[in-house]
Formats: sequence, structure tokens, C-alpha cells
Amino acid sequence: MAPKRNNANRGASPNPKTATTTSATVPLPPNPPPSAPIPGSRPSSSHSAAHPKTSASAPVSQTWDKVVSNLTSHYQKSTPQRTKLLDAFMAFLVLVGVLQFVYCVVAGNYPFNAFLSGFGATVGQFVLTASLRIQTTEANKNDFPAVSPERAFADYVVCSLILHFFCVNFIN
Amino acid sequence: MSAETLQVLADVGKGKSTRGVLRVIILALIAGASIASRLFSVIRFESIIHEFDPWFNFRATKYLVANGFYNFWDWFDDRTWHPLGRVTGGTLYPGLMVTSGAIWHALRALTIPVDIRNVCVLLAPAFSGLTAVAAYLLTNEMTTYNSAGLLAALFMGIAPGYISRSVAGSYDNEAIAIFLLVFTFYLWIKALKQGSMLWGALCALFYGYMVASWGGYAFITCLLPLHAFVLILMGRYSTRLYVSYTTWYALGTLASMQIPFVGFLPVKTSEHMPALGIFGFLQLLAFLDYVRSAIPSRQFQTFLWLFAGGIFVMSLAALVVATSAGVIAPWSGRFYSLWDTGYAKIHIPIIASVSEHQPTAWPAFFFDLNLLIFVFPVGVYLCFQELADEHVFIIVYAVFGSYFAGVMVRLMLTLTPVVCVAGAIAISTILNNYLVAKTPTEEDQQAAEAAEKKGSKSGLKSATKPVVGIYGLWSKSLMVAGMAVYLLIFVMHCTWVTSNAYSSPSVVLASRMPDGSQHIIDDYREAYQWLRQNTKEDAKIMSWWDYGYQIGGMADRPTLVDNNTWNNTHIATVGKAMSSREEVSYPIMRQHEVDYVLVVFGGLLGYSGDDINKFLWMVRIAEGIWPDEVSERAFFTPRGEYRVDGEATETMKNSLMYKMSYYNFNNLFPPGQAVDRMRQARLPEVGPSLSTLEEAFTSENWIIRIYKVKDLDNVGRDHISATAFEKGLKKKKTTKKRGPRVLRVD
Repeated sequence: MAPKRNNANRGASPNPKTATTTSATVPLPPNPPPSAPIPGSRPSSSHSAAHPKTSASAPVSQTWDKVVSNLTSHYQKSTPQRTKLLDAFMAFLVLVGVLQFVYCVVAGNYPFNAFLSGFGATVGQFVLTASLRIQTTEANKNDFPAVSPERAFADYVVCSLILHFFCVNFIN
Repeated sequence: MSAETLQVLADVGKGKSTRGVLRVIILALIAGASIASRLFSVIRFESIIHEFDPWFNFRATKYLVANGFYNFWDWFDDRTWHPLGRVTGGTLYPGLMVTSGAIWHALRALTIPVDIRNVCVLLAPAFSGLTAVAAYLLTNEMTTYNSAGLLAALFMGIAPGYISRSVAGSYDNEAIAIFLLVFTFYLWIKALKQGSMLWGALCALFYGYMVASWGGYAFITCLLPLHAFVLILMGRYSTRLYVSYTTWYALGTLASMQIPFVGFLPVKTSEHMPALGIFGFLQLLAFLDYVRSAIPSRQFQTFLWLFAGGIFVMSLAALVVATSAGVIAPWSGRFYSLWDTGYAKIHIPIIASVSEHQPTAWPAFFFDLNLLIFVFPVGVYLCFQELADEHVFIIVYAVFGSYFAGVMVRLMLTLTPVVCVAGAIAISTILNNYLVAKTPTEEDQQAAEAAEKKGSKSGLKSATKPVVGIYGLWSKSLMVAGMAVYLLIFVMHCTWVTSNAYSSPSVVLASRMPDGSQHIIDDYREAYQWLRQNTKEDAKIMSWWDYGYQIGGMADRPTLVDNNTWNNTHIATVGKAMSSREEVSYPIMRQHEVDYVLVVFGGLLGYSGDDINKFLWMVRIAEGIWPDEVSERAFFTPRGEYRVDGEATETMKNSLMYKMSYYNFNNLFPPGQAVDRMRQARLPEVGPSLSTLEEAFTSENWIIRIYKVKDLDNVGRDHISATAFEKGLKKKKTTKKRGPRVLRVD
């Protein structure tokens, strides 16, 4: 009997751990993509990333500092004004998405239709804006021989219309 | 000289516009051929809806046309699953009905009055023509040879693996779903190649249409993320992948949630989680990709990739935890049976009892795909040689399609498109290598040799390309003639299979008279017509679930269970009524207000799809719910045989199904000569007697027998004694009863 119980304990003990780590990381996935443009949220992502590699913490934290400063300067120097506008919009969408998610967790997901279509709208719009941003960036031009910036914007409008049609239809 | 004449011939078709016109004409002809080869059933029999499920689709379409879209959407059907009813509008895939309804309205608007039945019968062949075109487009994305696309279209048009579900009259979801499957894949490849949001959105729209049409949409939901995942693992992540995948997922998921039957499934079940996971993972990769482009530092990159891998593993763990905690529903039974083929038989007999859910026998591959199954691996190999993003897709699809087709007969349907595409690539490569009329001149060879020398100095040996080819006219013509013969045999095989194996409506049976002329056996419609004309409009018919849709569609009477099989307990109730003694069955039938019981009996004609052959499934399903009252073992003889003759077990002989099947059967034969032609069994001299049911109707060839459930006795006796009294057997009965008692006392 005893070894069995022991086993059960062993089997059970990792579970809470993984549960806690995942619960800690669950809010993360929405975080990293937005922090692409926003310098403000960078420290949080760097902190979480440093977590797994605790052994080499001192040099890593140094490089991370450098990385962050490099990134911000690179971003401020080489991003055109229009792209910054898109980034601001994406940041706003992330904020709304996080708010919706927090509301869903805190206050319950009762009108699940409404939550899903609202959340889907923000996520979808975010993704579409990210696509537009990718397609209009100069550096990516070789990847998209068939898509000119104008075409990209037209696509963006059409896709957004489809997206919001579905959301409105689903909202009940 | 002959080479020159060939050259002249080839030059005729050289002009770009001529080729374009030729291509369109050939495609139109292929579409015509694929439609024509599906009309065997209409010519041999008549314009009729086939089999079982199509009858429900047909009935739903009629309802849609008669009552309009909104009523159809909110349709609560109280004529099935008596007394429960079924929320039909919310539990079906409406794509098929809406499509044919739209076609019907369009034709009416063009002042072409067409019966809705003919629209339904001819919908599948019409869409098969479109499938051929979609296969052409998909293959054209894979290779530069146009001939490959045309060959793929031809294969797709006539491959029996697809014809099996799309002959005229087979009005089932698959009829339009295969077209949508192939076209969605084409749009996906197009979106991935161009990295375009618009193509991604189109892909999502057709994906939504597919979700609305067929439960097999999960195949796309799993295949596209898998393709993306394999690409990422191969280090082929690109911004194009991000744009096309995320656009498809964001729009496609919302589109799929519009269907009431699907609803919240895309965020709640495990089947849809890979797509969501890859979606999240791609966001992460895109972010990392951006950071990497901003800061070129090698150490930093490896660190980032580690970070990405860590997040991936952690989210996987989160998924596992969420599944075990019950937030996300685990894989459904049908999916388990895809991994463990024995699963369904043990846990869900109702799924295993359907013949199309059985594992595939190997001859079926040859039967359904013939030549293509041999050239299929060659095509996959050729994909490995080029290995661009779209070729990876074909490889992934080929691997998964083959696996699933091996597990379930019905999924041969999803394998067929990739086999056609790969086969077409292989055959067109062969033909293109052998059909070149040109022979290299001296100068070409010298130039090539010079290039070779240069190349051998500078680079790898394999990088140089020496002039190698087949220039002998004999070897060319031999090979081409051989291929042509193979292709001709393929066409003949397809036509033969279509006309012989797949064109029977199964509502109407065909047999041959001794003089070779065709004889039509029309018992099903005879019986359903009898029900329609001779019973009350709300008379409840009890039958095994296979016939529920047909009774609803042809006889227009309420049924207890039908092919929707959403309520296992209700089906088990019917199974219990069929497999128990009359004294047990009668209260069940009274409780469910059953007026008539319908059984299918093939003993007179040797018809194999009858209820006695399906009987063990009824027993198994009933045993799953009432293990104490129904036992499968009791239906087998002590030696483990399933018999219906004099040796049959008492449980078998007393079961309602046995009695209904063989009631009065021996009156057809001289005494003691009654033979069940299906099971080659000589029946006992005294046939079974029925006391709670009376025979109402038996069709011409005894295929369908209908019994009326007797009302309660006027004088309050139970039915057994009442029957005995009417036969004048009262005395005998009592002595009979006394007999065993005496024995026991002794």
C-alpha cells in the first residue's frame, strides 16, 4: 500500500507546479506580440524570458539590458511614421483584448457568444493589422512579390469587413 | 524525318492563346465526362434519391424550399425520435440543403421550372465537374507542367474513390464537401505562395462553407496547422506563412462558429486545439522574427529560439492540464476510433455498427484507385525532389490521408484528391520526359560538355547537369504507348466500377432473370407507399434506425429512431424491444405509442442487408444499456454459432425480431421444406407464433414486413391467452403448462 501512495504523491506533486507555472504564463502569450512595437512592455517580457535560464543570470541580465536599449533605439530610428500608427493601433487592440479576457475571467463568460465575438474581433483585427504591417514594411518586400502596399491595404479593408460581418452576426 | 513531322504537329499547339483555348476546352470536356459517368444510376434505374442519409437531406431540402430559410433554421422536427423530437435546424450541416435550395430558386428565377428532386439528384454530378476544375487548379500550383493539372482533373473526375459518394442521386454531404475540400486546399496554397490576405480570406470563406456542409471539415482544421507546423520545424517560417495562416484562422474560426451545430466547438474541443496552438505559436514566432531582424546577434538568436521552444512546451502542458481539468472537452469517440481501431467496437457499438466505419480492406485501395495507387508514391517522391512549401503540403496530406484511409473505409474519400494530384504529377513527368520530339544537336552536346568541365572545376559534381535523355524514337514510343495503355485500362476500370458497383440506389434492387433481362425489385417503395396510404398520418413506426430516414422521407410517418443516432439510449430501447420476448417488448412498444413495426427480411430472396444479419448489433447496443436483461451470449448456440434454424437458442427463437422475420414463412413452402435462402438454413417445421402483433403487410418479395401492434384486449386478458383462446387451444395450453410443472416436481 505504502509505495502506491508514494507514487500517487509523486504523481500529484508535479501537477500543482505545472498548474501554477501555466497559470503564471497564461496571460503571457497575449503579451509578447504586442510588445514588438511598444518599448514600455519590454521589461516584462524580458523578465519572463530570463526565468527559464537562471544558471547564467548575471550575463543574461546584462545582455537583456543591452537588447532592450538596442531594440528601442532601432525601433525609434528605423520605423516610418505610418507604421508607428499601425503599432499604436495594435497596442490598443492588445489592451482591449486583455481587458476582455480579464473581464471574462473575473466576471464570468455568461453571454459566451458576445465574449467570443468581441474577443474574436480584437484578435482578428490585431492579426490583420499585423499582416498589413508586415506587408507594408520595406524589408519584407522580397517576400511579397505579388502584393503592393496599396493592394495590401485593400486586402486589409476587405478582410476587416468580412471579420466584422461574422462578429456582428455571431454576437446575438 | 518522323521527328520533324512530330515537330510540325507540336508547333500547331505552340501558340499561347491556342493552348489556353485548348486547355479550357479540355477542362470542359473533362467536367462533362465526370458528370456523364455519374449518370449510370439514372439511366439504369430512374431519377431517385439513393440509400439512407440522402433521404433525410432530401426531406430537409423540401422543408427548406417549402417553408423558407428562417423556418428551416429554427426547425423542430416532431416526426422523428418520437416522443423526443429533434432540433433539426440546430443539429445538421445546412450547406447541402441551402446550396440546392439556392440552385432551385436561381433556376426558377431564370424561368426554368425544375422539380426540387431533380436538383437534388443531379447536384452531386454537377459538383463533381467543379471538383475536377479545382483539382486542375491545385495541381497547377504544384508543378510547371500544365499537363499535370489536366491529368489530375481527369483522374479526379473519374476515380471510383470519389464516384462512390457522388453518383447521381447520392444526395449526401460529401457530394459538395469534396469540391470544397479541394478548393479550400487550392486557396490555402495560393494564399501561402503569395502571402496575400485576400486569398487567405477566400480560403477562410470556403472553409466556412465546408464547415457548413460536412463534419469532415475537421480534416482541414487539422491538416492546415500541421502543414504550418511542419514548415516551422523545417525552418521555413516566413512572413507569408504568418499572413496566410493567421488570416485563415481568425476569419475561418469565426466563420465556422456561425453554424449552430458547430457553435462553440472550435474553442472547446481538442480537435480544434492544434489550429489554435499553431496560431498562438505563430504570433510568438512573428515577434521573435521581428526582434531578430532588429538585432543581429547569434547568441541572442539561439536564446530566443530556446525561449520559443519553452513557451511552446509550456502551452502544450497548459492544454493537457486544461483538458484533464475539463475546461476543454477531450477527443470525441469517433476520433479515438481513428487512433485505436478496436476502441469503437468495445465502447461505442453504435459507431462500430456502421459498415463505412470499418477498417479498409487492402483490395479496396486497388478497387477505388486502380493505377493511381501505384503512381501515387512516385508523385510524392517527385514532390520531395522540389520541396517548396506547397510540396510539403502534398507530402503531409499524403501521409495523413493514407493513414486515415487505412483506418476507415469512408475516409478513402479524403485520400482520393491527393492521390489524383500526386499521380498526375508522376504521369505527366513521365510523359513529358518521353514525349519530347527534340534530339540534341552536336553543338548542344559540346556546349554541355564545356559547361560540365567548368562545373566540375568549380562546384559539386551533382550540381552539374550533363545532357542525359531518351532520344531513341523506339524507346520513346514504346514507353508512351505503354502509358497510354495503362491510362486506357484505368478509364475502363473506372467505368466498369462505376456502372457495376456504385450506381445502385439500394432503394431499388436489380436482379437478372434467367434469360438475362433485368428485373427490378421494388419492395421498399411498395411497402413505404402502403404505409403512406393505409395508416393514420401520425402512426408511429418502429424499425431499426437504418430505415428511419427512408420512412420519414418516403412514407412520411413519425419514427422512433433514425440514422441521426444522436440518442444512444433511445436506439438501445428499440434494440431491446426487438431482441426481447414479446411479454417484455409489448410494454415498451405501448409506452412509445408504437402503431406499426417494420422489419426487413431477406430470407426469401437471399438479400443480405436484412435485419437478421444486423440483429447482433441491436443486441450489442441494447446490452450496452441493459446488461442484465439482454445478453449477446444467449443468442449463440453453446458451440458459439449464430443460427436461425431448428438449432437456434430459445432466446433467439423467442425474440421479437426472429418471430417477425419468420412468421408465416413456412406457409410458403411444402411442410418441413422451409429454407432461409440468405443463411442457407432449414427452418423448423412449426413457425413462430405472434400474440401481441398482427401481420399487416408483407411486400412482394417479403423484403419488408410490417406488423400492427395490437391494442389492449377488450376483456382484459393478456395477449398470449387471448391468442390461445382464439385458436381454440385453451385446453392444450393448460396441459402444456402443466407438463413442465410435472417434470420439475419429478
